[in-house]
Amino acid sequence: MNCIIIDDEAMARTIITQLCTHIPSLNLLEEFPNAMQAIKYLNQNEVDLIFLDIHMPDFTGFDFIQTLKNPPKIILTTSDPKFAIEAFEYECIVDYLVKPLLLPRFEKAIQKAEAFGIKRKPAKKVTVEKKESSSGNDLYVNIDRRLIKIDIPSIYLVEAKGDYIQVKTEDKNYTVHSTLKKIADKLPNDLFLKVHRSYIINVQKIIDIEDNSVLIKKDVIPVSRSNRPELMKRLNLL
Amino acid sequence: MEQPNLSYINQLSGNDKAFKDKLIGVVKREFPEEKAIYVKNISANNYKEAAENVHKLKHKISILGLEKSYAVADDYENNLLEQNTSGKAEFDAILQAITDYLTTI
Repeated sequence: MNCIIIDDEAMARTIITQLCTHIPSLNLLEEFPNAMQAIKYLNQNEVDLIFLDIHMPDFTGFDFIQTLKNPPKIILTTSDPKFAIEAFEYECIVDYLVKPLLLPRFEKAIQKAEAFGIKRKPAKKVTVEKKESSSGNDLYVNIDRRLIKIDIPSIYLVEAKGDYIQVKTEDKNYTVHSTLKKIADKLPNDLFLKVHRSYIINVQKIIDIEDNSVLIKKDVIPVSRSNRPELMKRLNLL
Repeated sequence: MEQPNLSYINQLSGNDKAFKDKLIGVVKREFPEEKAIYVKNISANNYKEAAENVHKLKHKISILGLEKSYAVADDYENNLLEQNTSGKAEFDAILQAITDYLTTI
């Protein structure tokens, strides 16, 4: 099995690397101190099994899993037993190892991974699914009984405001009696992303991202924890 | 007070002295860095960040065979998450014990 390690702690990576040497069927390809580097690697390499830490700065193990469309098998390695129940909600998680790791328990986890029938199934590339726009490049909104045409790519932000949404474009803002869900269905998925329950943004208009917010034009928009992995997938990260 | 030891590292290393030396080297390099970040955060009352630092340090504590200290660190981590610094003195004493021990190996 081709495997990689993702753990921000050098000591943990050293220990797992050593444990891997005891298992002839394991072929350790790489180790990474953070999830972002691993995502780039998974885009270009076939991996059967990931040893993944949960607690990592910026991007947790669970955030990482959510970015993978078809993740390989994953063995969580953590000092924290309290996420065990959450962990097994993910089909790809084979086992949950609590640090400090020892060889007998590690071997058992590998046996479980093998029993899950890993046959070098590659991790799928992290790609953004494209959905056809339902309405071409234009969107008509009803304001005061007039249907007003809005050029979709010019929209940079949609904000929910009670029973209304505010559609912000390069030139003008429109307040429309509608819902975020309705307009989301009309916007192309490759351009727009819901980053928070009250906000949809045009990802091409992002100026920068800091912690849990994005700057878009002059608006600082919060990014919810659950939407952050999808946002990170959309970025052409160096 | 409970004293750090190499029982886990010895168990993990078996007869592989090169690995044992490497692992000790990693601990000696990484522990002071993690401790310094914790001290900086707790001094600035950044409790959430300090809790994350304690979480990471817990692994070092367990690697050095400090089972009771691990439980102390675990409680302290939970306290920090609730903006409570109870257990700080005990945790700082554990860090000092490890600091002292690492100079002897």
